[in-house]
Amino acid sequence: MSALIEIRDVSKVYRRDSIETPVLSGINLNVEHGEFLALMGPSGSGKTTLLNMIAGIDKPTSGQIRVGDTDIARMSESALAKWRASNVGFVFQFYNLIPVLTAFENVELPLLLTKLSKSERKKHVETALTIVGLSDRLNYYPKQLSGGQEQRVAIARAIVTDPLILIADEPTGDLDKTSAQEIMTLMQRLNSEFKKTIVMVTHDSHTASKASVLRHLEKGDLLPEDVQTN
Amino acid sequence: MKLLKMIFRNVFRHKLRTVLTILGIAVAVMAFGLLRTVVGAWGSGVAASSADRLVTRDAVTIINPLPLSYYNQIKQVSGVREVTYMNWFGGTYIDQSHFFARYAVDPGTFFSVYPEYLVGSKTLAAFRNQPNDCIVGSALAQRYNFKVGDVITIDGDIYPGTWEFQVAGIYKPKFKSTDAMAMFLNWNYLNEKVKQDFPGRADGVGWYVEQIDAGANSGDIGRRIDALFANSPAETKTESERQFQQGFLASAGAIISAMNYVSFVIVGIIMLVLANTMIMSARERTREYAVLKAIGFSGRHLIEMILGESLLVSLLGGALGIFLTYPVVESFASFASFLGADLFVQSATLLTAFAAVVFVGIAAALFPIQRTMNTKIADGIRFAG
Ligand SMILES: Nc1ncnc2c1ncn2[C@@H]1O[C@H](COP(=O)(O)OP(=O)(O)OP(=O)(O)O)[C@@H](O)[C@H]1O
Ligand SMILES: [Mg+2]
Repeated sequence: MSALIEIRDVSKVYRRDSIETPVLSGINLNVEHGEFLALMGPSGSGKTTLLNMIAGIDKPTSGQIRVGDTDIARMSESALAKWRASNVGFVFQFYNLIPVLTAFENVELPLLLTKLSKSERKKHVETALTIVGLSDRLNYYPKQLSGGQEQRVAIARAIVTDPLILIADEPTGDLDKTSAQEIMTLMQRLNSEFKKTIVMVTHDSHTASKASVLRHLEKGDLLPEDVQTN
Repeated sequence: MKLLKMIFRNVFRHKLRTVLTILGIAVAVMAFGLLRTVVGAWGSGVAASSADRLVTRDAVTIINPLPLSYYNQIKQVSGVREVTYMNWFGGTYIDQSHFFARYAVDPGTFFSVYPEYLVGSKTLAAFRNQPNDCIVGSALAQRYNFKVGDVITIDGDIYPGTWEFQVAGIYKPKFKSTDAMAMFLNWNYLNEKVKQDFPGRADGVGWYVEQIDAGANSGDIGRRIDALFANSPAETKTESERQFQQGFLASAGAIISAMNYVSFVIVGIIMLVLANTMIMSARERTREYAVLKAIGFSGRHLIEMILGESLLVSLLGGALGIFLTYPVVESFASFASFLGADLFVQSATLLTAFAAVVFVGIAAALFPIQRTMNTKIADGIRFAG
C-alpha cells in the first residue's frame, strides 16, 4: 500500500515585487497512513510553508503533492476548498476560534458545508467535544475558556468531519506546560485510538517526542529520516 | 442561510461602533428625507396644475396688471369655456414668519374654474354677498384656529392699509397635492377700495385663468388669446398652468438644485461612514476569514457574510432614519408654513431613501470583499491584526 501523502521534488519560491525568496528546494517526503509526523526546524526554515502546501492552502512553485488519490498541487481554488472541507482538519497555534460563536457553534462550522441535518450535526458536534473532554462547555464562548480549552475546541472542530489528515502548526506554542501536555496526550490518542494521520510542526522537542516520526527542516532542506521509538 | 446567525452576531460585535454607525446613517437618511420632502413640496404646484387651464398675464412681467375689459374679449375666444381672474394680495398677517398665500379672486367664477377647492354652496353664497368675506383653506384654518365669523387682520403692502376680512367658510382640498393653505378674498371688494384710494390702479387684473374645453388644443387657444391684444398697450402672454408654475419654479431653481445636490452629497457621507466601519471590521477579521476559507468556506460564503453585514447595518440605519423623518418633517412644517399642505413625506422620497440605503450597503461592502478575496489563506492566517 502506497503512502497516504507523497511529496515529490517540491520547491517553493516566494515572489514579492521583483524579490524572490527561495524557501523550499526539492523536498521529498512520504507520510504513511496512521503516521504521526513531527516537523522541527529553526524559525524561517519553511515548516509552515510545507505544512500549508500539504493542507492545500498554499501551492508549490514546482513539484507534486499527492494526498490519498488526489494531486492537490494542480487543483483549482474552488475544488481545493471542497477537498479541504472533507479531507483536512486544521489546528493552529492561536486556536483561531470565531469569538462570536459558542464552542458548539465553532465545532459545527465545518459541518455547515455538508448535507447533514441539524440533529445529525448536533450528534457529531457532541461526539467531537466529548472526545476532547469538553462536553460540559458546549455553550461557552471562546473568551470564557482557558487557552488549553480553546485549543481543545479547535481540535474538536478539526476532527468533527472525520478528515483524512490532521494538520497542526505549533498546537502547543501558546500554551503553558500542563495544557501543552494535555493537548499532546489528546493528539496521541487521536493518532492511536482514532487512527488519525497527523502532520505537526513544532519548535519544542518535548512536544515533538510524542510523535511517531520526527523530521528536521534546515534552510529549506529536509534532513535524513530519524524514526523514533516511544 | 446558516450564516445568518454569524452575520447578526458580527454586526453587534462592537456594539458602540455599530450603534454609532447606525445613528450616523439614520441622521443622514433623515436629512436626506427632509431635503427631498422640501424639494418635492416645491415642485408639487407643478404636479397639481391642471392640463386644461391656461394662464394669461402681461407679456412683459406679471407685476403689470391687465385691464378688466379683457375679460369679455377672452370669454369670446372659441375653446374657452370659462374665464376667471385674480390678483396677488400680499400683505402681512401678524409678522413675516406667518406666511401664507392670499389671492383676491372673482367670486362669481373662481370656484368653477378651480373645482379642486371644495366649498359648500352656503359658504359660496355668503362669500359672494358679503364684500369683506374670505374663504380659507382647511390646513390654514387648522393652523390658526380660524372659525367662521372670525376676523382676520392683514397689514397691506401692495394694497396699503389695514384690512379686515371675515371668514365666510373653509374650503377643503380635493387632492392631497391641492393647496390647503391659501386665503381667497373678494376681488370686487378690493377693487372698490382701490377705486377710492388709488383711482389710477382700479380695474387692474393680476392674471386671467381660462378653463378650456376638454381635449382642446391649448397652444392654439393661447395664441388666439394673445392675438387679441397684440400691439395694444398691454400685450399678453398665455401659457398652460403647468408652464406658468414652472416659470415660478425657475426662479427658485438654483436653491432647488443646490438642495438636490446636497441630498446626494448626504448619500456619499452615509457611504463613507459605513465603508469605514466595514473596512475596520474586515481588517480585524482577516485571520477569521482566512480560517473560514481554510476550513472550506467558499468566496461566495464570505461575500454573503460581508454583504449581509453591510446591508443589515445600512438597512437598520435607513429604517431608523425614515422613521425619524416623519416627526422632523412635521416640526419643520410648523415653521415653514409657506410650503403648506404640500410638505408631507412622499412615497417617492421613501423609495429613493430606501434605494440609496441599499446602494450604500452594497457599495460599502465592495472594498472589504475585494480585500478578503485577495488575501491568500496562508497570509491571512499569519496576519497579526
Ligand atoms: N507570503 C510570503 N512572502 C514572502 N516570504 C514569505 C512569505 N511567507 C513566508 N515567507 C518567508 O518564507 C520563509 C519560511 O517561512 P515559514 O513561515 O514557512 O517558516 P517557519 O519554519 O514556519 O518559521 P517559524 O518557526 O518562525 O514559524 C521565511 O523566511 C519567511 O520570511
Ligand atoms: Mg511557522
